[in-house]
Amino acid sequence: MRIEADTTVCIGAGMCALTLPEVFDQSEDDGTVLLLMPVPPAGLEEKARRAVTLCPSGALTVT
Amino acid sequence: MTGLTMSTERERPFDPPDTYARLRERGTVHRMRFADGHEGWLVTGHAAARAVLADSRFSNRPELAHPPLAARAGLTEEIRSQEFKLPPGFFLRTDAPEHTRYRRLLTGQFTVRRMKGLEARILEITEARLDAMEAAEPPVDLVDAFALPIPSLVICELLGVPYEERAAFQDDTKVMLSLEAKADEALAAIGHVFAYLNGLIPRKREHPGDDLLSGLIEGGELSDDELAGVAFLLLVAGHETTANMLGLGTYALLADPVQLAALRDDPSLIDNAVEELLRHLSIVHVGPVRAALEDVEVDGHLIRKGESVALHLPVINRDPAKFPGGDALDLTRSATGHLAFGHGIHQCLGQQLARSEMRIAFAALLRRFPGLRLAVPADEVPLRTDMGVYGVHRLPVTW
Repeated sequence: MRIEADTTVCIGAGMCALTLPEVFDQSEDDGTVLLLMPVPPAGLEEKARRAVTLCPSGALTVT
Repeated sequence: MTGLTMSTERERPFDPPDTYARLRERGTVHRMRFADGHEGWLVTGHAAARAVLADSRFSNRPELAHPPLAARAGLTEEIRSQEFKLPPGFFLRTDAPEHTRYRRLLTGQFTVRRMKGLEARILEITEARLDAMEAAEPPVDLVDAFALPIPSLVICELLGVPYEERAAFQDDTKVMLSLEAKADEALAAIGHVFAYLNGLIPRKREHPGDDLLSGLIEGGELSDDELAGVAFLLLVAGHETTANMLGLGTYALLADPVQLAALRDDPSLIDNAVEELLRHLSIVHVGPVRAALEDVEVDGHLIRKGESVALHLPVINRDPAKFPGGDALDLTRSATGHLAFGHGIHQCLGQQLARSEMRIAFAALLRRFPGLRLAVPADEVPLRTDMGVYGVHRLPVTW
């Protein structure tokens, strides 16, 4: 599983950072997503998928 | 042609009106007549609502929207008219890329981490309100003593708006959201709050503080008109939303002794409880409304360019396809994915602040007053069916 984040689309709602802070953080400047772990470990994959689904702006994709 | 119209009247305080709940059993997208006669649509399904809110072919510009509620027809007409212009910083009602510019200036201030950093201060504010309640003789109106002042104090402090000047905007905010206010009254109330903010901004420029407005002024990216528009949006949004979740949420808990006991006995349930209360109560009980910029198909229905689409969030957030048994309040349920804060690029900017406020306030209230109960019969609590944001007007409690 590999996550990609498009910060030009992100609106900084923070749903990803709220759901899985091990993988997602937010920039101090504009609140947009910071991907800490593009390839989450197997144990976090389900939560990572939930975070991607919860993203309101469609900035996150999973491949 | 359709006989379906929008109403805020309810059969039971915590459930959406039966008419719209029953509609959802028949489908997710329905023809609806708007208050100005426009034949538009009403969405009642969760997946369809997500699709509409995430689709840039649906606009949030006010001059394109038709009013779902008769009470708002006059105001909508004014806003659509050539004479009235929303201030440039009122970015809620803009589309990308204009929206993106304003939102970007603010999102850094509302991150999960920033809001967690505010929690100690929110707890102080909350405890001070509880001290004042304890010092008073019960019964106490929980809206006046607790639910309204906590978010009001927090948003004023965050923005840098002097709380002691709240008389200049609190009553006008109420008028703006009242479905019984006439268009000229609502416009006058909007005007009063802008006059106040237009006066505040030069004062903040002269005497900056460690707050959001001072930061935006110092950043120099926004004109004074834009600053007033942004401040207006955050001030109004910060006042009437969390306040109503605290009021109605407490009422819902007091009306459900099993759920109340579950939360009181296991404070670690609070995060879950807040999401479930947001889902179950969905206080934005009319709207949001979007307008199609081109023909768009949603769940098999062709929505034509120019047609308005209203979303019934209280019904959508009980869609059994997303939340099985959704009519029940169940604080142990996984309620994430609800659309109480919206979805798409306009999803609530202050949602992480609202979550922090609710987690702290509900938990502290139940800790301080484990015997909290209604001081009037449950059916005598006055409900905000006459306001754009649902909730309770008053909540008399004792302990």
